[in-house]
Amino acid sequence: MELICPAGTPAAFHEAVDAGADAVYCGFRDETNARNFPGLNFSRDELREAIAYAKRKGTQTFVALNTFMRAGAEEIWYKGAADAVALGADALILADFGLMAHVAEKYPQQRLHVSVQASASNPDAINFLVDAFTAQRVVLPRTLTIADIARIGKNIRCEMEVFVFGGLCVMAEGRCSLSSYATGKSPNMNGVCSPASHVRYRKDGGELVSELGEFTINRFPAGEAAGYPTLCKGRFDIADSNGYAFEDPVSLDVMGELEALKAAGVKALKIEGRQRGKAYVAEVVSTMKAALNSPPDRRAPLLARLRTMSEGQKTTSGAYEKRWR
Amino acid sequence: MTQTKKTSLTLGPVYYLWDAEKWRDFHFRIADEAPVDRVVIGETICSKRQHFIEPHLAEVVERLESAGKTVILSTLALVTLNRESKQIREMAEVSEHLMEANDLSALAILKDKPHTIGPLVNVYNAPTARLLANRGAKRICLPPELPFTSVKEIVAEFPDIDFEVFAFGRMPLAISARCAHARSKGKIKDNCQFVCREDPDGLPVRTLDRQSFLALNGVQTVSHACQSLLGELDHLVEAGVRSFRLSPQDCDMVAVAKLHRAVLDETVDADAGVAKLRQLYAAAPLANGFHHAKEGAVWVARTRSLQAAWPA
Repeated sequence: MELICPAGTPAAFHEAVDAGADAVYCGFRDETNARNFPGLNFSRDELREAIAYAKRKGTQTFVALNTFMRAGAEEIWYKGAADAVALGADALILADFGLMAHVAEKYPQQRLHVSVQASASNPDAINFLVDAFTAQRVVLPRTLTIADIARIGKNIRCEMEVFVFGGLCVMAEGRCSLSSYATGKSPNMNGVCSPASHVRYRKDGGELVSELGEFTINRFPAGEAAGYPTLCKGRFDIADSNGYAFEDPVSLDVMGELEALKAAGVKALKIEGRQRGKAYVAEVVSTMKAALNSPPDRRAPLLARLRTMSEGQKTTSGAYEKRWR
Repeated sequence: MTQTKKTSLTLGPVYYLWDAEKWRDFHFRIADEAPVDRVVIGETICSKRQHFIEPHLAEVVERLESAGKTVILSTLALVTLNRESKQIREMAEVSEHLMEANDLSALAILKDKPHTIGPLVNVYNAPTARLLANRGAKRICLPPELPFTSVKEIVAEFPDIDFEVFAFGRMPLAISARCAHARSKGKIKDNCQFVCREDPDGLPVRTLDRQSFLALNGVQTVSHACQSLLGELDHLVEAGVRSFRLSPQDCDMVAVAKLHRAVLDETVDADAGVAKLRQLYAAAPLANGFHHAKEGAVWVARTRSLQAAWPA
């Protein structure tokens, strides 16, 4: 299985290539990609240099243009696609049908991957994208069990890529407006979720309160480590209980299921984390590459090392395990 | 509003799990009394719930059609299981009714068959709308998140497609494979015992500072605030929007429909209409932030909005 690694900066890109990534995915420094964070992403020149470096090392580069085109401003996305193709991207990762149609028509030779943001969660949906836009790979939503993935694999006409490590969306990706409800900025339209520009921390008595826009997302008693107020990972008050209503502040780790994923027909494993620093990328990529190259009974220490790198050091296998639902 | 006659109202599917008799009687009353042109029916959120309304489906369809309403069959918003795909495929094969796509899989199945697009499909721009229209979409309800600037752009490109906007109801914000509703009551999705039935208008999610924030509806998360574009209908009509969707809440939806019709017909002015709507659905504050490219939770007052969004 291929290892697909994130790069939010040219430095992280180099680290990922050097650490053994089969492909590195990244995006332009604008609203065309779903990690549109300050200080991240690539200029055209940076991408040209990165792709050249990757090609010398035999690594592929995937360019994510995976937000939804703003009505009337489609040229920004079309230009992004044109430049990514011209710079030699091995694949474009797309979510918007309009953009997929444009790319399929203008650049029929270009490899097209369906972003997780497109929310193609079943064979009918995936084959629709294959037939309509000649999509060659789908990144599956993090809403499926491994059994679901195996069944889908038997019924689709393209490759499957799945997230195995890093951040975890609790909601179906590409179909969530929680962030914009609280902040006016959404993953689909702006490429951001729970953006830092709308985050505030304040002291209230002995507690630290984290807020997103006008809403309290969490309260941390003295002594408890305060996390970032990602909306769906907050503590809320429901009926008579309060706690993590949607999901604990955990990250995804299904590296323990490598053999099952392989048997399910998964072609590529994806690491989330374009917002992560180069040291993290280097460490995670090299450890995962080593795990992939080891026989199953020799993986345990590598996977243990991986777990120490997870957000809050707590992990979940998410929807891949049926009981999570 | 010169094109008043051409505007129409769509009653969206009931997103919540209501007792079957309540669901039936609700639609009977809509058929008899509500000035809506079409009604979308059928379970949209969770396939586990589908059996509840099945016994009443035929009589509801008949009553609505006898009253001159167009009936549209809804499909699931998140399709992951084989039996869910199969159910949509079978429905497409046998049904003589228009169907509404809420997920990519339904789009695939309904290709070349006349259908409508629900507000849960990501239509953010004109090229996407064109693609869907070319595949047989007859009416497209744009996503609630879409700002007016985008609505205007899209509608202007296709004067011949009937575009609809989500004009009333708690905003469908997210859907998950995981059921937060069941989990909040100590269950998981697979043994949920249909606890969502206890909350016919959603289960409130408050912040730890007791701010009303969201509501759970099974695997769906909706807003606490209720979207209302009653004060913006004139601008939407002027921009070419022809159809307005009212999403059922647990309130007098006949009165809500009459009020929207009256504002469209200019027999009630928008400000009075908004005041009246606050009484009709007092369970939640009104919001129209998405329309104004702001936080979805906020309310932008009509006079201020005109100056802010459309400077002279």
